[in-house]
Amino acid sequence: MILNQEQQAILDGAKGETLAKVMKTMVRYGEAFGAEKMVPVTSEYNHLVTSFGLKMMTPVFELMQKLIDAGAISGQKFSVDPRPLDKKVPANFLQNLIFNKFMYSTQGSYEEQLKKLGLKSEDSFTCTCYMKEEGNLPKKGDILSWAESSAVVYANSVLDARCNRNSGIIDIMGSVVGYVPYFGLLTDEGRKATWIVEVKTTKKPEAQLLGSAIGMKVMEEVPFIKGLDQWIGTELNDSACSYLKDFGAATASNGAVGLYHIENLTPEAVEQGERLIAEGAQVYVIDDAELERVYKEYPVIWKNKDATPKLCFMGCPHMSLEQLKEWTDKVEGALKEAGNKKVVIPTVFTAAPAVLEAFEKTPYAARLKATGVITSYICPLMYMNNPLCAKMPVITSSNKLRTYTTSRYYTDDEILAQITKGGK
Amino acid sequence: MKTYKGRVISPGTVKAEALVSHGGLNTLASFQKALQFGDKNATCGDQNNPDLYGKQMVGKALCLPQTIGSTTGGLVLYCACAMKRQPACMLFSKPIDSLAAAGAVLADVWVDDVTMPVIDSLGDEFLQEVKDGQMITVAEDGTVTVE
Repeated sequence: MILNQEQQAILDGAKGETLAKVMKTMVRYGEAFGAEKMVPVTSEYNHLVTSFGLKMMTPVFELMQKLIDAGAISGQKFSVDPRPLDKKVPANFLQNLIFNKFMYSTQGSYEEQLKKLGLKSEDSFTCTCYMKEEGNLPKKGDILSWAESSAVVYANSVLDARCNRNSGIIDIMGSVVGYVPYFGLLTDEGRKATWIVEVKTTKKPEAQLLGSAIGMKVMEEVPFIKGLDQWIGTELNDSACSYLKDFGAATASNGAVGLYHIENLTPEAVEQGERLIAEGAQVYVIDDAELERVYKEYPVIWKNKDATPKLCFMGCPHMSLEQLKEWTDKVEGALKEAGNKKVVIPTVFTAAPAVLEAFEKTPYAARLKATGVITSYICPLMYMNNPLCAKMPVITSSNKLRTYTTSRYYTDDEILAQITKGGK
Repeated sequence: MKTYKGRVISPGTVKAEALVSHGGLNTLASFQKALQFGDKNATCGDQNNPDLYGKQMVGKALCLPQTIGSTTGGLVLYCACAMKRQPACMLFSKPIDSLAAAGAVLADVWVDDVTMPVIDSLGDEFLQEVKDGQMITVAEDGTVTVE
């Protein structure tokens, strides 16, 4: 890799031993992918994946402390993934004990570290930092040092920013030195589609199911998706963006997609059309039967497959304001139809703190509360990632949550029926 | 005895028993339980990985195509190394992914007393041929010998 004078000086220790090691890390990371240069991080804010004071991550907190002690702190502030705990979310005595005294006992001290490292605000804890209410919205062409797979794929695909699927720690180190290695999704060549996906369904495909199917097929490659614009339109409005948020999260978690192009909709596809498709791209046709096949193949890893669900999580990734409103209408309507006043399964809708604040200012908030649905800023994934919660029969329409935990996936309509009417 | 030539991501030499995952290694799901609950053998906790689930990863020559899952993957691997719960080496059949590369580099640069050689691009045949329990030797230049 060829470094400029400033980068070489940092690597040689001109700004201290710690920053030299940070630069060495970024250079070695880039060399693993044949990067020939480093490019400046240009976004206003960064986004980190590590939001949780999980005791097992003590080496990470020690490393963060080394950065703080050495003054190796970025001028770029950051948002970070959601907090792992919220008292509003149902938990029994034993779960609370394990959460607070054992698993997340370092949450407080870690949040203090995050503040010293440049946390954007006290409430900048969300995986959907790109919501306008939260305000970490990169501009077209911005170079990012983000982690969090669902945020990276959204920034690349919907916002036309440029970011690789970075790991935690690499996210903050790129920001601290101000440079990231130039490879993969930062390059024009790396953004070319090597798969053409033809959507030939007879109705609007479920975002989380379509994303899952594509993710599992193309893995880390870039798909160019045809035929979806007929279902979600050709304008990046709130509805389309909410759809793409969930779709992208599923592609990124069920596979390892960091960028997708939707014909006639996402910025690069609108500008460049089929010129984005690489020579020799493979083709994947998705019809109703293919989505059904994918859905049926999800393993159910509950001990008792017929167990009555004890909890429902919606919002992995965090819901948008538009989705909170839409689901308020849906839940109210379905409850009325079923002759029930409140949801029959404890249900949590999760969203960014700033989105929840905006939601509270609308008349929808009181209406949703009346249905018994709880709103929270929690990370459902972090809530579920322990042996006690793993044994609980939890349902969700999030394919990301399904992939990483023991929760069981249902489509949006099935979830609505379950929480308002009960039954299987 | 068969040899394969790969690319060195983290240098080092080692001799260890093979542990083979034909599917991607979900780093968070595999290591979380072991790191959280003090399992010095790093027993794999990923129920979705039938090749590795319930098996000891510490000290093994972990043979795999690539890693998958959460972007915490790199830092989880770094933690495993810092807590001395890491495999003896990681041998990738495919070019390394960004999360595993991050973990390998972070461990090599920031953990002083641990060496975990990481070799990638060993080829599909390597993963097809190698079996659990076979003795593997990794040389400094990225040559992997399966006995």
